Amino acid sequence: MIASSQETEQYVSFWVDGQLLGVPVGVVQEVLNTQDISRTPRSKPEIAGLLNLRGQIVTAVDLRMSLGLPPLDDEKSSMNVVLRFRGESFSLLVDEVGDVFDVPKEDVLPVPRTLDAHWLKVTTGVVRQEDRLFIILDVASVIGVPAS
Amino acid sequence: MEDDILQGFLEESWENLNQLDSDIVAFEKDTENDDLLASVFRTIHTIKGTCGFIGLTRIGAVSHATENVLGKMRDRSIERTSDAISLVLEGIDGIKELMQGLEATGEEPSIDHKELINKLEQVAEGKDASQFIGKSAGQETKATASAGGQAESQVAVATGIDTSSLMTESGEVDFDELDKAINEAAARHREKLAEQKKEEKQEAASSNSATGTGGKQTESAPAKKAAPVEADAHPSKKKTAADLSIRVNVNVLDSLMNLVGELVLARNQLIQLSRDDEESRYSAPISHLNRVTSDLQEGVMKTRMQPIGNAWSKLPRLVRDLARITEKQIELEMDGADTELDRTVLDAIKDPLTHMVRNSADHGIETTAERIAAGKPEKGTIHLNAYHEGGHVIICIEDDGAGINAERVLNKAIANGLVSEADAANLSDYDIHQFIFHPGLSTAEKVSSVSGRGVGMDVVRTEIERIGGTVDLLSKEGQGTTVRIKIPLTLAIVSALVVQAGDQSFAIPQLGVVELVRLAADQASRIERIHDKQVFRLRDRLLPLVKLTEVLQIESSNDENSDINIVVVQVGEEQFGLVVDEVFDTEEIVVKPVGLLLKDLAIYQGTTILGDGRVIMILDVTGIASDFSALNSSNGNRDLHADDEKNALRENTSLLVFDAGNETTMAVPLALVSRLEEFPRDKIEESSNGPIIQYRDSLLPLQSISGNFDSSLTTPQPVIVFSDGQKSMGLMVDGINDVVDEHLSIQVQSNRPGVLGTAVINGKATEVIDTQYYVERTDPEWFQNRVTSHLRVLIVNSSNFFRQMLITSLRAEKFQTQDAASASDALNLLENDHNFDAIIIDYDNSDDDPEDLTQWIHSQKQTSAIPVIGLCSRITPPIQQRADEAGCSTLLEKLNISVLSSEIQNLCNQREWNQGVSA
Repeated sequence: MIASSQETEQYVSFWVDGQLLGVPVGVVQEVLNTQDISRTPRSKPEIAGLLNLRGQIVTAVDLRMSLGLPPLDDEKSSMNVVLRFRGESFSLLVDEVGDVFDVPKEDVLPVPRTLDAHWLKVTTGVVRQEDRLFIILDVASVIGVPAS
Repeated sequence: MEDDILQGFLEESWENLNQLDSDIVAFEKDTENDDLLASVFRTIHTIKGTCGFIGLTRIGAVSHATENVLGKMRDRSIERTSDAISLVLEGIDGIKELMQGLEATGEEPSIDHKELINKLEQVAEGKDASQFIGKSAGQETKATASAGGQAESQVAVATGIDTSSLMTESGEVDFDELDKAINEAAARHREKLAEQKKEEKQEAASSNSATGTGGKQTESAPAKKAAPVEADAHPSKKKTAADLSIRVNVNVLDSLMNLVGELVLARNQLIQLSRDDEESRYSAPISHLNRVTSDLQEGVMKTRMQPIGNAWSKLPRLVRDLARITEKQIELEMDGADTELDRTVLDAIKDPLTHMVRNSADHGIETTAERIAAGKPEKGTIHLNAYHEGGHVIICIEDDGAGINAERVLNKAIANGLVSEADAANLSDYDIHQFIFHPGLSTAEKVSSVSGRGVGMDVVRTEIERIGGTVDLLSKEGQGTTVRIKIPLTLAIVSALVVQAGDQSFAIPQLGVVELVRLAADQASRIERIHDKQVFRLRDRLLPLVKLTEVLQIESSNDENSDINIVVVQVGEEQFGLVVDEVFDTEEIVVKPVGLLLKDLAIYQGTTILGDGRVIMILDVTGIASDFSALNSSNGNRDLHADDEKNALRENTSLLVFDAGNETTMAVPLALVSRLEEFPRDKIEESSNGPIIQYRDSLLPLQSISGNFDSSLTTPQPVIVFSDGQKSMGLMVDGINDVVDEHLSIQVQSNRPGVLGTAVINGKATEVIDTQYYVERTDPEWFQNRVTSHLRVLIVNSSNFFRQMLITSLRAEKFQTQDAASASDALNLLENDHNFDAIIIDYDNSDDDPEDLTQWIHSQKQTSAIPVIGLCSRITPPIQQRADEAGCSTLLEKLNISVLSSEIQNLCNQREWNQGVSA
């Protein structure tokens, strides 16, 4: 891909159900392998539960649930993209973690209005790469916490 | 200049200056307190000394002039007037101003304090301070206003450079165990410091006498000076507390805390490994490691606890300044300043607290003139109180000011569209006051420099709720306002019971747990059902049961062959049993606040990490109780339920609904029911007085509600047992249906014997039975042939049903009763007959003016000594306040007869005793 020298932003990318998604590298705290997650009964369905990250409690959000996708096959296990947002840590459960991309700002296209409602809500932009689309997620809405 | 020296100076000085404000204000009240003055003097002196040392000339100059005035006051060579003290405070403000600049830029700012220094010098020479105060009033106002604005912005966003940032970034740490070497070093350092001080003292003394040339006081000054200098020569004795602590950046503590957390996890893994192999030679060192780690963890926790007084230290000065600007007289009282809180919580409440105290001083307390006109003491009082209650810290801010004008709030709320005019009519004052917490609802008619910008209480509430706390406001117009803040002791270590539901573990704080009951699977029949609700009879008490798996909506891991574990928990006055799949051990857990995504779930109060590294949720039994009752009431008719809500404060009664045969449903107030039983029908015998059964070593007479008893059925006979402690009778019914908590209105009065009237329960017409009728039919002498108490009780209640119920139940408790259906009936009655030992007044029905009646009773000579008992469905702060103010001896909830009866007894005993004393 062509990296323009000016106005680029870095994104951490990951795969969910064959789709490449990403969040700005600045909010990402770390990436972890599969973790033990304690479920939190009565919480919203997309909240997978809580995990212990070196003594810090992290709320895990199952991206497949928030995007309205079927759960991951039983044999496979999710990876964690841990984000720091509003003073708290959250983990996005994804199928697999990809590369870090530099994306020129001008390459970010507006979100097509025709997208599925689940996706529309959490997407801020789309980047066309050679043979695929790279979807940039809005951190606040994907976690489900108001930004302020 | 070396940065860390400067940093150290700033940190130390800020802390000292903040303490100084409180000290000076305290000194102003007690101008004879030489110790306080000496401490203030020393602080300023230290700042001055350090300034000289590191070359801060401007701060040095202002401190020097301020110190001079203090020195003269100490020697009593000038008078300790309020004006002179104000000037000293101005001096301190000057120092603070310079220090803020210094902190921001690293350089002393070029603010001109010549005028201030000049004034201070003149006062030190003995000139009357009052002439300077007039001129500087504007300046003072400005200073406070900007301080106010600053605090305000802190509430909104705690960013930018902020005077207190250094303060809050450091904590005090005890280090008694630090080794001897360091102590020695410190001692050496102290000696050096003392020497340095002495030198400066001499220098100060010489400059004192140099400036003090005019007054005749100068002659006596040096002679008097000898004593204080003497006292100052041994400052180390008084400073022992300070010697035992060091200043540590809180970030260091935080990372220490995280490290300890990791250490705990590693320790736990080791323990688990060693458990598999008990013979291992590692096991002894591991158990040692275990102990040390626990102690270390506890120790690090303690370093983060701070007394709430730290958050209060600025308030006396704030109140004093506000009082001066607004020309009011305000006294600030503080209790429980040593209540300890976690530092993060403390930081979070600092600004809301300041805001609320400022509100009280600015809007709450009236001007002296207004107070005199209202017949109140000239001096208004703001009372702060902090204490531990349960796992929480309670902070009350109480003022005796004008209170909140409900009408103005309501108008504003209607104008802002928060409530429709139609709904507004039904709101109680208490409800209206809660609008204060809505954004943009400042009722101050004019915006003052101090408060009233409409960003007030909503921000306060948001801040408090952010840390998991609650705010409650209670105000009475003309009498004052009380704000009650309840905050969790986050990060505190609590003892919790770890239980299992489904395949997961949960923690229940020990505080709420009363006892544990374990039933073997074959005893499952001891759990009974009333309608679809499970109850368990625990020592003659019916305990409602709630399944944790149902609350959590997860699958239970137990089947009917499993033992049943009941955790009996206490919520307020109530107890219920939480049925869990398994009970593990108790564990000391560290409470962490619930994350943003889960904080709306009332059933959780926090999260924690267990020894094995698992994250588990901490259950909130109060939340579970309300969740459970919400589930129950949603079974009924929705609309009816909505109506109930509205009337909930009026009359809510627990009723036992039963099947009376012939497809009729009847009900009886649960308060009158002693027990529920099921008897095998073949055990019921016929006697000349009707059916009877052997029960608990005596004979229980029975009555059938439908009039006929079919002994041929093989199903057990359900019986409702009524009892007065000595005698019992059983009412045979066709089935027990339900217990409902209903707003009860008797729609149709009945002339039929045994029926009080017909009420609509769960949308169905239901006859409510008169237990007295059945009791008397079983044993006509039930009420007659026994010792009745000589106590006479007057029952005032407009509801025919409740009156009847009270009469029945109080007679059962052996009281003599008299009743009145309205306040006016009661007045008429009392005018002719005042021979009562207690009067019971219904406080739910405010149309009846229960307060007026209560006050009338107290105002009459003959009746003034009769205790008045208020009754209401649910005790809320507003009702409690109404009852207290009217003069009720006590306020009780409907309808616990045994409590009511023992309360009447108590009050009568008390009254007799009082009469005995006065006679």
